[in-house]
Amino acid sequence: MAETKKMSRREKKELKERMKHLKSGTLEKRYARMGYIFMIPWFIGAAVFLAYPLGSSFWYALNNIRITPLGRIFNFVGHGNFTQILIEDPDFMIYLVDYLTSTVISVPIIVVFALIIAMMLNMKIKGKGFFRLIFFLPVIIVSGPILGMLNAQGAGSVSAIDTAALSGAIASVLPDIIAKPISDVFSNMITTLWYSGVQILIFLSGLQKIDKSMYEAAKIDGGSAWECFWKITLPNLKSMILLNTIYTVVFISNNSDNPIIGLIKESMFSGTKEKGYGYASAMAWLYSVVVLILVGLFALLLATRKDQYEKQVRRAMKARKREAKNKKKIERRNRRNARRIEQQRAKGKITTHTTKRDDY
Amino acid sequence: MFGTKDREGFLKQFLVYALLICIGFIYVYPILHMVSSSLMTLDDMLDSSIKWLPSSLNLSNYEQAAKSMDFWNALWQSIVIAGVPTICNLMSCSVTGYALARFDFRGKKIVMGIIILSFVLPSQITMIPTYVLYSNLGILNTIWAFILPALFAQGFKAPIFILIFWQFFRQIPKALIEASRIDGAGHFRSFFRIALPSAKPAFITVALFSFVWYWNESYLTELYVHGVYGQSDWTTLVVQLDNFAANFSSYQQTATAGATNLNESINMSGTLLSILPLMILYFVLQRHFVESIDRTGITGE
Repeated sequence: MAETKKMSRREKKELKERMKHLKSGTLEKRYARMGYIFMIPWFIGAAVFLAYPLGSSFWYALNNIRITPLGRIFNFVGHGNFTQILIEDPDFMIYLVDYLTSTVISVPIIVVFALIIAMMLNMKIKGKGFFRLIFFLPVIIVSGPILGMLNAQGAGSVSAIDTAALSGAIASVLPDIIAKPISDVFSNMITTLWYSGVQILIFLSGLQKIDKSMYEAAKIDGGSAWECFWKITLPNLKSMILLNTIYTVVFISNNSDNPIIGLIKESMFSGTKEKGYGYASAMAWLYSVVVLILVGLFALLLATRKDQYEKQVRRAMKARKREAKNKKKIERRNRRNARRIEQQRAKGKITTHTTKRDDY
Repeated sequence: MFGTKDREGFLKQFLVYALLICIGFIYVYPILHMVSSSLMTLDDMLDSSIKWLPSSLNLSNYEQAAKSMDFWNALWQSIVIAGVPTICNLMSCSVTGYALARFDFRGKKIVMGIIILSFVLPSQITMIPTYVLYSNLGILNTIWAFILPALFAQGFKAPIFILIFWQFFRQIPKALIEASRIDGAGHFRSFFRIALPSAKPAFITVALFSFVWYWNESYLTELYVHGVYGQSDWTTLVVQLDNFAANFSSYQQTATAGATNLNESINMSGTLLSILPLMILYFVLQRHFVESIDRTGITGE
């Protein structure tokens, strides 16, 4: 009797072992591990060229670093660099405010403009190739020095549009703080528009993915082009708008024409005692945090809200899941109770008076 | 007049064309301006009656700009500086994109998060330690400062390229790769034989963008490769343009005869010269350029 029990236990163990190998999804898991091998270059790169510089940049920002012939001398100053930048540096705050206002103004302009052009390019027009050629040209030639050169020569604005009169009109209506960036944007209209090359590409590919039959259905139901735009095109492009907005912010922030970036480099190589690597790192951190907050704000503003139908589906799925969980719980409890009763019965603690069904 | 629901009307079409042409003109205006003023002599520039067409075809501006920029040398080095990291980018980003698209390993979401974060983060934040790192490794002011990060998928704007590849490899039917595995191909073999050949559009897109962006990058090139004070021999056309005034004055001192003062025409010729190679590339490859974006879905939803 005892032997058979042992046997069965061993058998059970074996079976379990075999089951382990047969468990569904093991092969998948083994495949998944291969992913790490393909990711090796990225892991190395992220550690060496991303994590390590990020960490040491933070350490630099807390130090005053002087370069001597013997090497770099670190002098821990805590938040000294940050307070120095925020309080004493005359340029940084001014540049930062300029950057923020001009970004907040020009990002919507660029995105809306890109959307309009993409929609026009998506229409049935003759010479589509030619127009595409023109509108994608900025993707190729936009770079800091070239734009700087063009702006310096006054080629950045159209002389046909009288920008002076325009900015005068704006200044008379709006307070100076808001009027200045707006007229700046207008006087550099071309460069602002030139930033929208990639965004047009993204919108165009998004527009081409929208199912044509949706428009047909809307037309049959009597929807006008205007309604189609608001009810079909825009909702379908929601994620593209978010993507383009973030891309534009990142592009403007990383553009080498940006004065803050120039300031960081300048203070990095400035020979003065207070500035140098630590100071520049602190500046870069401040700047990055501002950029991240800006991107976050734009993302929050545009984050796709789930529509009503999706919400209901999600709620139903959740309810179903909860039900299944409860069911399992009850089952488990029943089994546990049964086992406990069995055990106690085996010990003889419980004597049950079983009544046979036949009695009835 | 405004058209029926099926056919677009004359007025609407006219409006669209007019708008497209107007905006198109604004787009090309700087280039036209550049071309026309680069061909002008100083007299033409000062003559207010001449606006677009110069009185005579004058190529001496180009000659002077090219000489002061050291054009042929800078062109060759630009091609190397943009081209070699691009090839490295293609290799590393395609492998990474494949891994993210094909395998469901643990921590994948974290990896994706880091990739997106590193796209949003300004490069200035890692710039200084990276500069120190490169100088410790002894690769500062050499082209290796661009090649090495690109080899490990951390090149300039690499997150975008990884996402493009990821998006593309996701579209390849899983059955295709499973079939190759049943036929006995290993992971690497199915990657090289199945996934890579079908990802040609993604490769073209990434190669074009990577090349263009490396070409146009002046800030990091100046810092890592050219040297802040121009310590290295490496230079690119865009960097040369950035320091155009300084270059021109040094050229002026060495040139014996025929050098004029720096003026707008010469500036514009220099600008045009530095974008000319890219424009030629664009006009040759523009069909690939536009089509491949439609196909890859650069958008990465």
